[in-house]
Amino acid sequence: MFVLIVGAGRVGSAVAKSALAAGHEVSVLDEDPLSHERLDAGQSKSWEDADGQFTVGTALEIDALLGAGIERADVFIASTDGDNTNLIIAQIAQKRFGVEKVIVRVMDPARANWYGEQGLDTISPTKHAIEMFERALEPEPA
Amino acid sequence: MYAIIVGAGKVGRNLARELIDKQHEVTLIESSRPRYLAIEEEFEHSVQYGDATELWVLERSGIQRADLVVAVTGDDEDNMLVCQVAKEKYLCDRIIARVNNPRNHDHFRLLGIQPAVSATDLILRLIEHEVPRYGLVHLLALEEERLEIIELEVSPDAPTVGETVADIALPDGSLIISVLRGGTGFVPKADTVIEAGDEVLLVLDPGLEEAITAYFAPNGHGAGG
Repeated sequence: MFVLIVGAGRVGSAVAKSALAAGHEVSVLDEDPLSHERLDAGQSKSWEDADGQFTVGTALEIDALLGAGIERADVFIASTDGDNTNLIIAQIAQKRFGVEKVIVRVMDPARANWYGEQGLDTISPTKHAIEMFERALEPEPA
Repeated sequence: MYAIIVGAGKVGRNLARELIDKQHEVTLIESSRPRYLAIEEEFEHSVQYGDATELWVLERSGIQRADLVVAVTGDDEDNMLVCQVAKEKYLCDRIIARVNNPRNHDHFRLLGIQPAVSATDLILRLIEHEVPRYGLVHLLALEEERLEIIELEVSPDAPTVGETVADIALPDGSLIISVLRGGTGFVPKADTVIEAGDEVLLVLDPGLEEAITAYFAPNGHGAGG
């Protein structure tokens, strides 16, 4: 599969590395050239030597998305640090480029829920954290 | 009318003042604490502090009863998101979005966020209007209604020079609505003869621009160009 990941922060870069290790073709787009370092960290080969692709640009620029290979993407992952950016670029990937599987990171649980109902595949780390804290506070079964 | 204005920069503040002056009810939402504190004294209960891309902030401002939501922050993603949520979740009939980067216009269109207003585009149109080098000027484009009003300067070599309006067989979906000649405009009649140097205003379906240009300015520029 061809996986395009926008936003190479902690989450994006970790998912990129494991997707590459799993044998997928992986392209990463980030506006910060320095974010490339995260892709190399802890690896024996550099990202490019391992056949990873990296493009510098912002995801609202169509040219950047095209350069990163969105037209070939089977999976699009929006993992920038901005909920609104993620929600907008995910819809561009889905509606304009017809990417089959689009997964969006949304910190705000309320927005994640509503956009989930609208057909986006949303992941809300905040929601998971809340659930885990709630579970941790539940009384132990006697 | 009840209007929610998101973003209390220069555009948002001035819009709010004008609407309040016209006796409308307004809530201005601002996410920057310092900016909120700076304008709270002037706008009092009409300004709220918060990130309007959070649903509870919109709900607190009474979005369910808003007649109009205007998103004029300096961030295009935020403007798109606020308008999309207002329209699709809270079923607000009227939205207006500001486009900061004209290159993002396509994204607003893709998500059905119309009208989307870009100051850069508006100024460009005014420049086109002032500089008749471009044969065709867009005066108005209502994208949702699929309607355009354009202006063309009639060049001397145009096939329509010397023809009456009745004789000009324009494509379906286009109509001459006004002729500007010698500084005055008039609504043409069937026997009005088109002259070189006239500026003709037409209403047309989008997509007919090229076909229409061939009638009035076949070489792409008007007589003054």
